[in-house]
Amino acid sequence: MHSPAVSGSLRNRLVLTLIGGAVVLALLFFFAVRNFAVQVAQQGQDNILEASVTSMLDAAAIRGGEVELDLPYSAFSMLSTPADDRVFYAILRDGEFQSGYEDLTFTESLPDKRPTFESSQLRGEAVRQISASRTLVGADKRTEIQIVLAQTQDALSETLDRISRNAALLGVGFFALAAVLSFWASSATIGQLGRLATSVTRRGPQDLSPFKQPVPQEMAPLVTSLNSLMGRLDHSLSQSEDFIAEAAHRVRTPLATVRSYAEATLQRVDKEENREAMRSMVKAIDESSRAAGQLLDHAMITFRADHLVPEAIDLVDLVHDLVLRLTPVAEMKDLSLSLQGDPSVPYSGDPILIQNAVRNLIDNAMKYGPAESSIEITVSALPGPRITICDHGPGFLSHEIETLTTRFQRGANSKDTIGSGLGLTIAQDVATAHGGRIDLSNQPKGGACVTLSL
Amino acid sequence: MRYLIALVLVFLCRAGWAQDWEDRQVFNQASASTTLRIISSTDTSLFSPLIEAFVAANPDVAIEYLVTGTADIDRRVRKMPEAFDIAVSSAMDLQLKLTNDGFALALENVSHPAWAQWRQSLFAFTSEPAAIVINRTFFDEQPIPQSRQELIEALRARPEIFRNRVGTYDVRQSGLGYLFATQDARASETFWRLMEVMGSLDVRLYCCSGEMIDDLTDGTIAVAYNVLGSYAQARAESQDILEIVLPADFPTTMMRTAFVSRASPEPEASERFIRHLVAYQSSPIDGAQSLPPLQGKGQGAEHATIALEPALMTFLDTLKRTNFLSEWENALIQN
Repeated sequence: MHSPAVSGSLRNRLVLTLIGGAVVLALLFFFAVRNFAVQVAQQGQDNILEASVTSMLDAAAIRGGEVELDLPYSAFSMLSTPADDRVFYAILRDGEFQSGYEDLTFTESLPDKRPTFESSQLRGEAVRQISASRTLVGADKRTEIQIVLAQTQDALSETLDRISRNAALLGVGFFALAAVLSFWASSATIGQLGRLATSVTRRGPQDLSPFKQPVPQEMAPLVTSLNSLMGRLDHSLSQSEDFIAEAAHRVRTPLATVRSYAEATLQRVDKEENREAMRSMVKAIDESSRAAGQLLDHAMITFRADHLVPEAIDLVDLVHDLVLRLTPVAEMKDLSLSLQGDPSVPYSGDPILIQNAVRNLIDNAMKYGPAESSIEITVSALPGPRITICDHGPGFLSHEIETLTTRFQRGANSKDTIGSGLGLTIAQDVATAHGGRIDLSNQPKGGACVTLSL
Repeated sequence: MRYLIALVLVFLCRAGWAQDWEDRQVFNQASASTTLRIISSTDTSLFSPLIEAFVAANPDVAIEYLVTGTADIDRRVRKMPEAFDIAVSSAMDLQLKLTNDGFALALENVSHPAWAQWRQSLFAFTSEPAAIVINRTFFDEQPIPQSRQELIEALRARPEIFRNRVGTYDVRQSGLGYLFATQDARASETFWRLMEVMGSLDVRLYCCSGEMIDDLTDGTIAVAYNVLGSYAQARAESQDILEIVLPADFPTTMMRTAFVSRASPEPEASERFIRHLVAYQSSPIDGAQSLPPLQGKGQGAEHATIALEPALMTFLDTLKRTNFLSEWENALIQN
């Protein structure tokens, strides 16, 4: 068998595409979630910082011309975090430092007086910082209270780490699920192709009927062209079989005429060398008509095997009839036929086919069996119904035992001209039609055995 | 000559150094290779069993134990953080601010409940309530007041007895006194009424719990307000003339805290000491401790215990502190 040229794998291509897509999606998911979490967490911290600074600014008041800022306890209390973030603040009055941490700088937001947020570094740590101010109007002056409040971001980064870890886990899970799904999806898709291939492989050698099982839409063109290819093949095969049968039939009748003339001539010829030539002629004519008969048999068997109608028969009776009919032919060749085995082997099959197969096998045996020898025919019911035909001829060549069984394929025997090949082919076709097989072996004392198991 | 000058300088320094401390004691000096310098506001007698247990288990470490006031600890650590390995103080607010300002070293290997530590740097190891301590001889017939409100009534009822015989911390000097006062003021207006009453009775002001209890014992004063429970307990056991009252209206409980200085030359040994300190105070060995153990949450103490949180820094703000002190002076110092 010639294996086709392979370029790449559909399945791998499908899996790689799907998994690649899953990787990209999982990464996108991870970064989207993380980015969103950063925004939400930062917004949360900003809100608390703003609330804190607002409560501090609210505590500022002018009393008796003096500015007082009574820091509320809650302003710092609300800044407690699970990670115990550090807090820094500075209170300024008209830009002049009043209390807190002097290394904080106030960031002015001129146009709208809204608090300004910034992320910066303070004492070697990343901090989020808010600057807010409030104008107090006293009896004779305006005073601006400015507050800078900064908080480290340990709790924030802990939260982000946790979210990132979860997002990463989810992403990996998502990816794993997608990978499994992509394997499943590609297996299911490629499986359809596999099933079609299997059903093509499983078909019997004679079966060239079109595929009828439903296939996915995408595979319909393939099946259609496969069906049309098989239709053409079937057509040309049956045409050539018809042709062979027709040819054999046309040849057989004139051959019979020629043979009878040859026989008559043989009676009238006295000269020994002429008689010898006539005998060879008759023998050659016999060979030809036998081959023509086998070709006809083969065409008949192909037809009958395709439309097998089994009936109840007894194999022993069947073979016994055959032996009786063939005994005169055997005696002409100084051969004896002996029937052995079980007294009765009931079987359900096509009697004409089986008889044909056995006759061809006995024919072969008689062809190879030497004069004054016997051909043993054994019919047995166990281990399964079988008919064994043994001769005392030269036997099979040992290397042929393997190849002969494979040569019985249709088409392979076309190289074979005339001879045992066609007889074995017929027997093989009959056995296959009955779900059995042909086994070839050599007897230890010499001679070939053919077993037809049904 | 040069050596002599150096020697004299060293000597002067040492002498000056020694004079600066309320107490200075060295443990396990002989056999040790490393020396931990602990600056503390806790009396040596209360702390020494803990240190002795530590040096017994760690013979390679010597401990120089230096005692001073809470405000002084804050000042010294800020000035020379590399001169001390461990700072132990009862002023939670000052300790928390030192930690917030980056003076404390984070210790990864100390496991302590979240409410009793801050930033894995500042570790609480005692629970000590502020108490009203009373000399019983002045309450022969009268019932002993059980709350601030009852104390106010008792003081008002017999001003002639209590004039010049009530004492409390001078919050301007004592960090712990300031912490108690600010937390009381947060909790209730009763505090201010009590301060006014005490002010009208010519209150005596003390820098430290010890002196206040001395004066209580010898009858110089009859009532001391906001005395550290642990100090009073140590005396009350031997002298039954003292009555320790934990105010029933709202108790204020402080936790003593310790941290390792970020500039500590011996961070490894310091961490070992903190681990020992925390374990020693969390798993009571019967009667072995002279300091009260850390009381877990869920024992009724949580609402009264001052929380370790950034809010402690509120009253340390200079503006806030100025306001509070002037209000306190107005209430207490009336002459």
